[in-house]
Amino acid sequence: MNNVRADRADRAAHSPWLGWAVGGLLLAVVVILGLSIGAVPIATGDVVDALRGIGDPSTIAIVRDLRAPRVLLAAFVGAGLACSGGALQGTLRNPLAEPYLLGVSGGAAVGAVTAMAFGVGQPALLTACAFAGAAIATVVVTAIARVVGGSADTKLLLMAGVVVGAFANAAILVALADAPPERLRGALFWMMGSAADATWPAVARCGGALLVLGGVLVWRARDLDVLSLGDEPAAALGVDVDRISRQLFLVASWLAAATVAAAGLIGFVGLVVPNLARALGARQHRPMLLMSALYGAVLLVAADLLARTLRAPADLPLGAVTALVGVPFFLLRLRRLAA
Amino acid sequence: MSGARQETERGHALTFDNVSVRYAGQTQRALSHVSVVAEPGKMTAVVGPNGSGKSTLVRTLLRRVPMESGRVTVGDVDVAALDARELARRIAIVPQREEPVLPLRVEEFVALGRHARRRAFGGMSADDRLAVASAVDRAGIAEAIGRRTDTLSGGEWQRVRIARALAQAAPVLVLDEPTTFLDIAHEMAVFELLDGLAQQGHTVVLVSHQLNLVARFASHIVLLHRGTVAAAGDAASVMRGEILERVYEWPIVVTRDPAVGALALLPLRGSGRHRERPSS
Repeated sequence: MNNVRADRADRAAHSPWLGWAVGGLLLAVVVILGLSIGAVPIATGDVVDALRGIGDPSTIAIVRDLRAPRVLLAAFVGAGLACSGGALQGTLRNPLAEPYLLGVSGGAAVGAVTAMAFGVGQPALLTACAFAGAAIATVVVTAIARVVGGSADTKLLLMAGVVVGAFANAAILVALADAPPERLRGALFWMMGSAADATWPAVARCGGALLVLGGVLVWRARDLDVLSLGDEPAAALGVDVDRISRQLFLVASWLAAATVAAAGLIGFVGLVVPNLARALGARQHRPMLLMSALYGAVLLVAADLLARTLRAPADLPLGAVTALVGVPFFLLRLRRLAA
Repeated sequence: MSGARQETERGHALTFDNVSVRYAGQTQRALSHVSVVAEPGKMTAVVGPNGSGKSTLVRTLLRRVPMESGRVTVGDVDVAALDARELARRIAIVPQREEPVLPLRVEEFVALGRHARRRAFGGMSADDRLAVASAVDRAGIAEAIGRRTDTLSGGEWQRVRIARALAQAAPVLVLDEPTTFLDIAHEMAVFELLDGLAQQGHTVVLVSHQLNLVARFASHIVLLHRGTVAAAGDAASVMRGEILERVYEWPIVVTRDPAVGALALLPLRGSGRHRERPSS
C-alpha cells in the first residue's frame, strides 16, 4: 500500500481547483473551435455574431442549425457517458467499469434498433426502448456473472459485459441488414456512434436526461462513496447495499442509454474521464461526477472535431476516435491494476 | 453537544439469541444455536480457531448471511427490524477485510462514518465535525488525515478504519480482528482505546486471535468451536488448558503471568525433538 508515486500525486492533487480551471478553459476552447472549424471556416468573432443572429444568413444557419447542436450534443453525450462511467465504477468498485464495456450501451442500442425494426420512429419512444434495452442488458450481464462466478465478481461482470456487447453489435447488424439507408440511421451509426445528424430536439432530449439522471447520481453521490468501500463496510455504514447499488446501477445505465439514443455507441469516455477526474484530485463522488461531466464534454467535443476534420470531407465515427484514445488508456490502467 | 452525548449513552446490550446460520450449498452450519450477550460497559471478546464462526457472527449484524433461526437484538430492538441507517446509528462495525480500491483522503474516509446521520445533500454539521475530530484523535491518526488511503501502512489503515467506526458515535462497537497487521505498541493502543470506550459505557465486541491480550482486557470471553459456543465467561473459566487444547487441537498450557498477574496461554512446540513438556 505504500507507494511513493501515489504519495506525490497525493500532495499535488490536494485541491482540485486547477482541474476545474483547466477543464473550463478547455471546454471554452473546444466549443469555439467546434463552432468555427468545418467545411466553411468561420472566424471566432463571426461565430459569436451568428449565435446572436447577426451577419450573413448562411453563416447564421451553419452555426445555429448545424454546428451548435452538434457541439452541444457531443458535450451532453460526453458528460453523460463520463458520469455514467463514474457512477458504475463506484457501485462496482472497479475503476475499469463503464457502460460500453459492461454491455449496457450495447443493450440500449439493441433496444432502439429493435424498436426501429418494428417501425417505431418517434424519438422519445425510441429513447424509452433504449432504456428498456439497457435495463435488460444490465440484468443479463449481472445474471451471467452470478451464474458463472457464484457471486457478482466485477471482473466476471466486465467479461460478461464485453460478450453481451459483442452480441449486441451482431444483433444490430442483423436487424439493420435490409434497412433503407436514406430513412434509417445505419448500423455504423449505432455501432460506432456519431453526432453528425444532431438536431435541437435531440439536444434537448439528451440534455434533459443528463440533467435528471446525472442529477440523481450527483444527489446520491455519498451513497456511491460508501458503496465503493465494499459490501460489508457499506452495510456497516448504513447503506442498504443490494437495493441502493441496484438503483444507482440502473440510473447510470439509463444515462448511458440516453446518450446511445442520441449518438449511438461510444466507448471508453466513461472509462477514461472518471479516472482522469480522480487523478486531478476529485476523489469523492460528488466532485468527481461533476468534474467528469466537464471533462467528458471536453473530450467528446474534441473527439467530434477530430472526427469531422481528420479525414475531411469524410465524417469518422465518434466511437472510433474515442477507442483510439481509450484502448491504450485501458491497457495502461489494466497494467497498473495488475501490478 | 448534548445530542452527541446522548448518542453514546449506555444501555444497549447486544444479544445473539440462539443464532444458527447455514451458507448456501453447505451441509454444516457456520453457526449452530449460538447465544452471546455483550453487555454495555464491558468488553466482550469472541475467540476461536479459524473457521469457528467468529466472522459469521459479525456478519449476522450486517444482515448479509442467511439466518436459519434465532435473533439478534440491540437494546430491546430486533436488528432485523431496523433499516440500514438506524442500524449504523446503533452499531458501528469494523469488518475484517477492506481494500482502498477508489482511494479517498483519510479525512474524507473517516467522515463517511457520519453517513447514516447526514442528509444526502449538504455539508457536515457541527456534531459531525466534532465526532470526526474526536475519532481521529482517539484513533491516533491525526498526522495521517491529509494522506490518501492507498498510501497508508497496514497498521495505519487499520486505525483509520477504527476511526471511521468511532465517528459513527454508536453505543455498540463491533470489531473483527482490528489488530491484524499492528505492531505491539499499536495493538496495545487499540486494546487500551477499546477498554476506555467500554469504561465509558459502550458495548464493545471484539473478534480476536490475541488470547493473551483478550485475557487481560476482556471481561467476557466467548470461545467458539465449529460454530458452537465451547466456553463462555470470564478469563478464568475460558482460559483453561484442557478446553483450549480441545478447541485449537494443539498442546497448550495456561499459566499466570508473574509480571502482570493475568492468565497467559502458551502453545507448546508439539513435534520432533523439540517436543515440550510443561514443567509443573
